Amino acid sequence: MVSVCFYFQVHQPFRIRKYSIFDIGNANDYFDAQKNTQIMQKVTKKCYLPTNKLILELINKMDGKFKVSYSITGMALEQFQMYMPEVLDSFKELSKTKCVEFLGETYHHSLSFLYSKDEFMEQVKMHNNAMKKLFNCKPKIFRNTELIYNNELANCAEKMGFNAVLAEGADHILGWRSPNFVYKAKTADNIKLLLKNYKLSDDIAFRFSEKSWKEFPLTAPKFSQWVNTVNGNGNVVNLFMDYETFGEHQWEDKGIFEFLKHLPFEILKHQDNEFLMLSEAVKKYDAVEKLDIHNVVSWADVERDLSAWLGNKMQTSAIKELYLMEASVKASGNKTLLENWRKLQTSDHFYYMCTKWFNDGDVHKYFNPYESPYDSFIAFMNIIHDMKLKLKNEL
Amino acid sequence: MKVLMFGWEFPPVSSGGLGTACYGLTKGLSKKNVQVTLVLPEYPENMKAEFARIISTSMISIKKISTVLSPYMNSRSYLEKSKRAASKIYGDTLFDEVRRYAEAAKKIAADEDFDVIHCHDWMTFKAGINAKKIKKKPLIVHVHATEFDRTGGNGINPYVYSIEKDGMNSADSIIAVSNYTKQMIVEKYNISPEKISIVHNAIDFEQEKDSESYGIKKNDKIVLFLGRLTLQKGPDYFIYAAKKVLEHESNVKFVIAGNGDMEHFIIEKVAELGIADKVLFAGFLQGIEVEKAYKMADVYVLSSVSEPFGITPLEAMSNNVPVIVSKNSGVSEVIRHCLLIDFWDINDISNKIISVLRYAPLRETLSENGFCEVKKFSWTDTAKKCIEVYNQNTKKY
Repeated sequence: MVSVCFYFQVHQPFRIRKYSIFDIGNANDYFDAQKNTQIMQKVTKKCYLPTNKLILELINKMDGKFKVSYSITGMALEQFQMYMPEVLDSFKELSKTKCVEFLGETYHHSLSFLYSKDEFMEQVKMHNNAMKKLFNCKPKIFRNTELIYNNELANCAEKMGFNAVLAEGADHILGWRSPNFVYKAKTADNIKLLLKNYKLSDDIAFRFSEKSWKEFPLTAPKFSQWVNTVNGNGNVVNLFMDYETFGEHQWEDKGIFEFLKHLPFEILKHQDNEFLMLSEAVKKYDAVEKLDIHNVVSWADVERDLSAWLGNKMQTSAIKELYLMEASVKASGNKTLLENWRKLQTSDHFYYMCTKWFNDGDVHKYFNPYESPYDSFIAFMNIIHDMKLKLKNEL
Repeated sequence: MKVLMFGWEFPPVSSGGLGTACYGLTKGLSKKNVQVTLVLPEYPENMKAEFARIISTSMISIKKISTVLSPYMNSRSYLEKSKRAASKIYGDTLFDEVRRYAEAAKKIAADEDFDVIHCHDWMTFKAGINAKKIKKKPLIVHVHATEFDRTGGNGINPYVYSIEKDGMNSADSIIAVSNYTKQMIVEKYNISPEKISIVHNAIDFEQEKDSESYGIKKNDKIVLFLGRLTLQKGPDYFIYAAKKVLEHESNVKFVIAGNGDMEHFIIEKVAELGIADKVLFAGFLQGIEVEKAYKMADVYVLSSVSEPFGITPLEAMSNNVPVIVSKNSGVSEVIRHCLLIDFWDINDISNKIISVLRYAPLRETLSENGFCEVKKFSWTDTAKKCIEVYNQNTKKY
């Protein structure tokens, strides 16, 4: 039996504007409303609406046999509400099908787990509340920003009442083991681990339109063949990817929607295959083994580490400065200040400061709304200084 | 492969990037076993020991033509200089001198044996055309700057323009130092883009850098401008930015290294802005002094209005200095670890200067990554690309 588990990450950061030295003390608008609106409009048109529509059609057509899981950040939800409420409506509609599950994560898509456990827990709670309010659900599965994971995260997730956590099925943590089983955290008995099958996931997310790839073009029957081969030596195939894969990273004219449209039917042609939501998979399969993971793993780049966000001095000093403000921001009781401080925690801001451009670097460049990592650092630090000034004035 | 190359300026007698570029290229070519006969104007104060060392290789031979020519001279400075050199007999104007140089080139071309002619900038183009007529060999003109760069597009000299255009039309191939310059040649000189190859300049990275620190040591942060004080280089934008920076940061000094026809204007402007105590004029620097200037600097600014290439940011980076670079430049096509600016955007230039001075992690990341980036440059690569252009053309003849 092979259970195929789709999980899609839905996220948009509040990009900051070109905030100059001379704005410090003079300008309160940190975020680039125009750019954020434009990007939201573009991605809505190319990805969110058409993909949601297709997923809904597939669920309806397949009579409940097609199921998917989503994790939607608070930053994306807020921007749907502000700029594109119809996207939120379409997610609500999906949530009524009973074939869609929503996961828990930090509301702000932050790296707070690495810097402040208190802040981390608060953000997870905020996200929980949003899920309750918007979709009337209580997430049971946790996914941390960028699939950042180690034993300690499992412990935190356990404390917060989750029963499973997602992680990257990286070679260096698995060794000879396969990502196609359910595992357990070494340090938290109640936490099962679902590991991303990065090969099959990336075949769709990264290589789909890659002409130099020897499997190009990727078709639904071909992909289903690969899934079928897991029968007999695995229970789950975890296909984890950014939702923007559909229509935004991989374009419609390259056939990504055609692929998605046929894939469920092709996969179910094999009688031992099925689709499950993540908590169904967790319920269905016992953990085969405990994984003991001390060093942090993530789903980024070839290194599967933190270097995309915390790889240079600009990144580490910017994030340190940010979390050093935590106590005073919270003590100030100033809601706007707190909210802005949290929006600045979104991991994307640090990603934009990444300077390891030269291999998978090209991906970074594509996503960078600034002229260079240096420019994004300057804007970010200027904002930090403005916030410090505001904190001083609060006293 | 034998090249008859027509020059311009050459270290130590050089006032700008043209000399540096030609020196680097000639060295690179000799490493690739290209025989170069280099035709140079002989300045009255020319040919010091260093020069002899540079060219003491069997691959390069030198032919000198007596002249007082220098590539960045305008007619007025030419006249001043020729008065000083009155013991020799020179042409009456800069343009006479160009013609004389071109005449002398005929004889050299007739006597020499070569496969290709390579000229650098307008002053040598007539010489190149003459050599081509005599020997029927392919002519390559190498454009390091156009009249539009030098004048910022205002009041271009029609005679210089016509020489440039003649040279480009007569050439079998044109080498542009950047895509920026290529576009200029296509748009302003109406040349077909297929005729133009882009060959970026480089820098020879020296492993053994003298890490000794120099000079003003140093309570103040130092922002460096190094270039001719002419319209093209935008020294005026640099001092307007200085003024703005000084409104927000006090412990900063601005060092202007270079001379040129805007020198008086800039000095007066600095006084008028009330920042005379914060701006130091270092004059025209050469050799080790240039090195010292970089070593002192906390950030280097290239504020050019129009910079065909711009080697100085590479030099600054090789000295671990973070660089702020005008978008109107060729060098910005080949480096990524820098801050880009529009030369007219005083706010942004000063924003970036202050940011580099205030934020140590920014300074360090720029400096470390810039240093790694600049290591990859080599004049041998520039020479290789020139040789490709030679080969494409010699086949035709």
